[in-house]
Amino acid sequence: MLAPQLPLVLHLADNALVLGQRNAEWCGHAPVLEEDIALANHSLDLIGQARLLYQHAAQLMGEGHTEDSLAYLRDAPAFRNFTLLELPHHGPLAANSESDRDFATTLVRNFLYSAWALGMWTRLTQGNDPQLAAIAAKAIKETRYHWQHASDWVVRLGDGTSESQRRAQAAVNHLMPYTQEFWAPLAHEQAALHIGVSLQETQFLSEWNLLIAAVLEQANLTRPSDGGFLSSGNHGIHSEHMTYLLSEMQSLARAHPHAVW
Amino acid sequence: MAIDMTALHSALDQLCDPEIPVVSLREMGILRDVKVLSNSVEVVITPTYSGCPAMEQIHDDILLTLKQLGVTGHVTTQLAPAWTTDWMTSSAREKLKAYGIAPPQCQSPDTSQVMHFIRRVPAELIECPRCGSSNTTITSAFGSTACKALCKCLSCQEPFDYFKPY
Repeated sequence: MLAPQLPLVLHLADNALVLGQRNAEWCGHAPVLEEDIALANHSLDLIGQARLLYQHAAQLMGEGHTEDSLAYLRDAPAFRNFTLLELPHHGPLAANSESDRDFATTLVRNFLYSAWALGMWTRLTQGNDPQLAAIAAKAIKETRYHWQHASDWVVRLGDGTSESQRRAQAAVNHLMPYTQEFWAPLAHEQAALHIGVSLQETQFLSEWNLLIAAVLEQANLTRPSDGGFLSSGNHGIHSEHMTYLLSEMQSLARAHPHAVW
Repeated sequence: MAIDMTALHSALDQLCDPEIPVVSLREMGILRDVKVLSNSVEVVITPTYSGCPAMEQIHDDILLTLKQLGVTGHVTTQLAPAWTTDWMTSSAREKLKAYGIAPPQCQSPDTSQVMHFIRRVPAELIECPRCGSSNTTITSAFGSTACKALCKCLSCQEPFDYFKPY
């Protein structure tokens, strides 16, 4: 029988890997050198977290699974990341990551997600899966820096020039509806309960709302209504962008399946 | 053959963090334990940041040291308790400073308190490792490695790395 917490471990691993891949697309392209380095370092943390989580998942799964087979040899429907994390860095941009990237979109996404991740890692440090709790205890230290970096930038952009304000608000308007997927239904609540972690939605959501609201207010940004379409990456039904992301990320491993370095 | 633990410990104490070659693995808190098994040793290490790319080098350096001493052994990675900059010894902090890296200025931010990168608050004043001035600013939240931020001294105008509290 599969370990009951496995879906949660894979979900967290997929979140970290996919966002790590997206943020790394700025490497060599960020608006200033310091942010190029910052986003690459942010990705390094996320990919490191993904590796630890995939190693743990592979151990739970057995049967020859490895961190590499989970990251590089699964197809889009097997991935369980939130749709928010696979979107390109620009609202209307289609599929590939090559054309215009919008820095505000990247930072607003990191802002919305890292606030959720703070709550998730905090809860998991209390769980009775010791390996997952150990990973969470490391990840939370890194996530605090991601959250601080993103929320400082949200304030700087929102409370900046009219152009940066316009872009930041557009990014918030575009991305906020995707955060519904964090809560409805609350991802992997049952899996978490098996390891003694309560993800009770009302508490988690109200903590997240408080974090988000305080920064948006400082940033002179308006929170849009977040109703409407409910994304479903968490159930393996992804946006049209996901297969492009994976084909780029997985191409080397698939072309040279036994390569080591 | 009995393992000469004194020689082993002193050899392991020579090993440095590959990215900060003035501080030893033990002083950094990366080297956690050396366990003696029946005919071999187990060296326990812990990563700093989850994605720290130096871990494989550290792993290989330890194995090479064991081999040179003729000791059979292996290296295991342990995640808990999570590494923290609080484990860095005071001598490690002094060495970092002498090397041009400002050591972490506060305890591990295990509460909700973390450093701000853009809006500075007075508690987070970072001393320039060159001239000692506290009139410094953070240029970038993330620096040359995962564990550092990039700063600039407004007194002597020199840029420097800051080892972030973790």
